[in-house]
Amino acid sequence: MFESIVLWLGAILTAPFFSAVILKVKAFFGGKKGPPLLINYYTLIKLVKKGSVYSTSTTAVFKMGPVISCATALAALLFLPIAGHIPVISFNGDVILVLYLLGLGRFFTIAAAMDTASPFEGMGAAREAFFPIICEAAMFMILIYFYRMTGELSFAAYFSGTGTLALWQIAGPSLLFIVIAFFIILVTETSRVPVDDPATHLELTMIHEVMVLDHSGPDFALIELGAFCKLFFYAAILSGLILPFETGIPGTGMLLFIAGLLIVYLVVGIIESTIARYRMDKVPQFVLTSFALAFFATIITLELIQ
Amino acid sequence: MTQFIPIPSGGRVQRADIPHLPFDSFRTQALEIVKNGGKVVHFFAYEDQGSMKLMAVLRTDRLLAAGCDAPDTYPCLTKACEPFHLFEREIAEQYGIRPEGHPWLKMVRYHENIRKKPDVFNNDYTHDIPGNYDYYQVKGDEIHEVAVGPVHAGVIEPGHFRFNCIGERVLHLEIQLGYQHRGVEALLQTAKPKQLPILAENIAGDTTIGHGLCMAQAVEALASVQVDAGAKIIRTIALELERLANHIGDLGALCMDVAFLAPANYFGRIRGDFLNLSLLLCGNRFGKGLVRPGGVRFSLDDDIRKTLDERIKELKPQVEHVLELIFSASTVRARFEGCGSVRAEDADHLGLVGPAGRASGLAYDARRCFATEHYPHLLIPENAKATGDVYARARVRYDEVHQSIEIIQFLIGKSVDTQPVEGGTQALQALAPSSFAVTLNEGWRGEVSHAVLTDDAGNILRYKVKDPSFHNWNGLAMALRDTGISDFPLNNKSFNLSYCGFDL
Repeated sequence: MFESIVLWLGAILTAPFFSAVILKVKAFFGGKKGPPLLINYYTLIKLVKKGSVYSTSTTAVFKMGPVISCATALAALLFLPIAGHIPVISFNGDVILVLYLLGLGRFFTIAAAMDTASPFEGMGAAREAFFPIICEAAMFMILIYFYRMTGELSFAAYFSGTGTLALWQIAGPSLLFIVIAFFIILVTETSRVPVDDPATHLELTMIHEVMVLDHSGPDFALIELGAFCKLFFYAAILSGLILPFETGIPGTGMLLFIAGLLIVYLVVGIIESTIARYRMDKVPQFVLTSFALAFFATIITLELIQ
Repeated sequence: MTQFIPIPSGGRVQRADIPHLPFDSFRTQALEIVKNGGKVVHFFAYEDQGSMKLMAVLRTDRLLAAGCDAPDTYPCLTKACEPFHLFEREIAEQYGIRPEGHPWLKMVRYHENIRKKPDVFNNDYTHDIPGNYDYYQVKGDEIHEVAVGPVHAGVIEPGHFRFNCIGERVLHLEIQLGYQHRGVEALLQTAKPKQLPILAENIAGDTTIGHGLCMAQAVEALASVQVDAGAKIIRTIALELERLANHIGDLGALCMDVAFLAPANYFGRIRGDFLNLSLLLCGNRFGKGLVRPGGVRFSLDDDIRKTLDERIKELKPQVEHVLELIFSASTVRARFEGCGSVRAEDADHLGLVGPAGRASGLAYDARRCFATEHYPHLLIPENAKATGDVYARARVRYDEVHQSIEIIQFLIGKSVDTQPVEGGTQALQALAPSSFAVTLNEGWRGEVSHAVLTDDAGNILRYKVKDPSFHNWNGLAMALRDTGISDFPLNNKSFNLSYCGFDL
């Protein structure tokens, strides 16, 4: 238990570092040096030292947004098996709880955005509410897949011990679809290119960034930290999926896990550097691809199980 | 039969030679010329010996001019012929002359008229923009309105954009400018001769050479000064360098807007490299202080020519490589193609100029049609595109970047000899009295034009400035119709219009 809590804290503390890896990759492709790898820590510290500004037309909902979105992201990490270890909390059905914990965070981010009554934020909120609907369908398809393969509904069953490795041996090809489908969900849920552009300054094109325009200081630090943790959460699952090897030598599990994380962040960075963003009305088709892939993978397993 | 007379671009005409028509025939003939494919270059009012007069400069394959007495109110021309639309609003705002029946009588820059006449728009100018004006509104359950600006989330100029949307789709965009109105025309009319170049260069900082050149040519025409061939070559090089730097900056910014990172970064840097070539030419990255009436202030010696040549040889493959990267990326083309189309017919009615016009199939290029400086000796291709979308606007820039590099390489290939002018004041000793001069140049955004009238003492009576943005802002509004609101920044960047050039 103690070990799990340490790993949980470790995940929160290192999440900002991994996000900076993306910035480095993007800088490399742009022929620049890029910000230091610790940039996100500097930003968080800077933000925490500042004061927050609140519009007189906003209510308590506006203040709850950052707190709840950050809290739900941190809570989601509690259920995540890190480097094959047992998570802090685990029970049958926790996957569904986690999905809706993240959904709760999103709800309050949207509510806070709507609370400002800014037309920009309303537009961002509409987009943020729309795309995850498709993500959710894809996510449940993936869950159905895992349930069929393992008969369990908890992260611990999928990603701790040798569970994943066994899965690759039984159903490797279909799991490949799941990896891609999950990557699309990661890109959508964490507002990365080609769905959203975290670097843009153009409000009219933003999805996630525009909803948090009015937050400042410590509130904004919470939002940023929440976003780092959310990305870490999805990346950690993918890491568990792509590098599930169990060598038996102490420490290698952790090394493999970190290597998997770095691969995911690198790929996110490379995609962000090499392709342009999709047009807003093409995004649903892209997200829907993840559902199609997960659905297809599940269909294949029907045959396998028999 | 038209009584409008042809006038030379960049030449001097006696005001007495310009036909002064009765208003009705002025109106009928102007309408006829424009309906038959003519375009409005200038249409402005001026005060002469206590009476108001109107002057129109139209272009077909040549420039045509005529004037008339300005009535206090008159039946508008816009209703019959759209290209007059913004010009009539400008006249109404500047002089309180009301165009009756104007379909969209709205202030242009939001200031009091010069004659202190009752305001045409019923505005109280102690209030903020937009004063007494209701924006266009669309009503309906799912309609929402988005207001952007005048304060933007970036270091850019101020302008207000009002979108009427249904979901993500824009039904109508209304643009309100004027936040940068400085009274440029009034300043130019009262300025000391040696202040003129400084003022003209600062009308729009990114079109320093374009406006500087128009001013210099107008003064040269009025003072009957000849410019030597060397100075003409240097001015041509400067104008092409300005075009290169801006087109490259625009293409980079277009990539930035679709989150296509690498070209955005590279072109950001390469734009700076081209600005540095202007620095080499005259000591200023925007070319300020280079063009003066009578010539240029800095000659181009062989050392500088050699350095220029070396740097361009080094930059050219880089530019070509990045252009290739942009136009071969399928994700970029997916964003550019079909986005914000302006049909050729609409572009024609709006009178679009420059790359925006060429993207919609209007081949007009002042460098080819009204060639000045060294352009008569150069072959400028048509560059017209058919689709009128963001892709076409980017593609025009792609073509022009290649051509400009070639033009510059060609021009610096031969030795240039010119006598630099000192401060550029001697040419201004005497402007010809009672004269009129119109100058046109193809700046990087399109047709830049200045018109200067002198009184019988040889003082400037009216100085009219027209930046290409004056024509093109409505093109942007048109491009946004039925386009996703999230594509606005991309379209905006593909036009990249000037706020200060419009606001004057």
